[in-house]
Amino acid sequence: MTFRKYLVLAGVAVFASIGDSMLSRGMRDMGAVSISRLHTLLGALRDPWIVGGIFFLLAFFAAYMTALSWADLTYVLPATSLGYVLLALIAKFVLHEQVTTLRWVGIFLIAVGVSCVATGPELTHRHSSNHPAEPELAALQEDR
Amino acid sequence: MRHAYTWGAILLIVIASVTGDVLLSRAMKQVGDVDELRRRSGVLAVVARTLQNPHFLFGVVAMAVAFFSLLFALSWGDVSLVAPASASLTFVGNAAAAKLFLHERVDHRRWIAAGLVAWGVAFLAG
Repeated sequence: MTFRKYLVLAGVAVFASIGDSMLSRGMRDMGAVSISRLHTLLGALRDPWIVGGIFFLLAFFAAYMTALSWADLTYVLPATSLGYVLLALIAKFVLHEQVTTLRWVGIFLIAVGVSCVATGPELTHRHSSNHPAEPELAALQEDR
Repeated sequence: MRHAYTWGAILLIVIASVTGDVLLSRAMKQVGDVDELRRRSGVLAVVARTLQNPHFLFGVVAMAVAFFSLLFALSWGDVSLVAPASASLTFVGNAAAAKLFLHERVDHRRWIAAGLVAWGVAFLAG
């Protein structure tokens, strides 16, 4: 694992947390949306919080896809669940919400779970390339 | 009956999420290391190769099904049950699916990690 790869994993966790928080903040401004008035959702696209949230969720998706290109699914998912911890910390220290003891226990369990996978290898199975016409890429994957 | 609908929706969310994650993971392994590919051929080549991968497209569709199932489940079920139950079960389901379909070596350490994270998420959202 290079420093750059740790940055990508951190990006997955951070971008998802920020994106979800911004969408949540934006939707609170809008109020409840009923199925019969779905068109009101279009108005949400004028809300800077919603637009910012969509931007960060797109960044999350790009970072998630990048991480999945060189690491196992069972490595990426727990590693990036640190985002849940980040969300709880944002709730506590930025939004000044009450974080219950049960939630701190949850944060502790996630942190222990993440440390379990983070110390192991990120890739346990080599997949064959879908593009055999590019032998250099296949060779590159074999070298890793 | 309402209870059965809620758990049915949770099951649908979990199946769609796990299917999406497995398909996206397989797609990106077939695309190859994105960092290396971008360095050699540029960002556009990465985007083009990813979008051309059928597993990627089906994965996105599965993720969309999971998202809309979650929206509908939240409209009739309690958020304190639907959100943590679906997120936790998805973690455990992903570990099983990764072993079965992606042939990842899910050792004791990864099973414990999936279990602890699922448990922790249930506590956080509950």
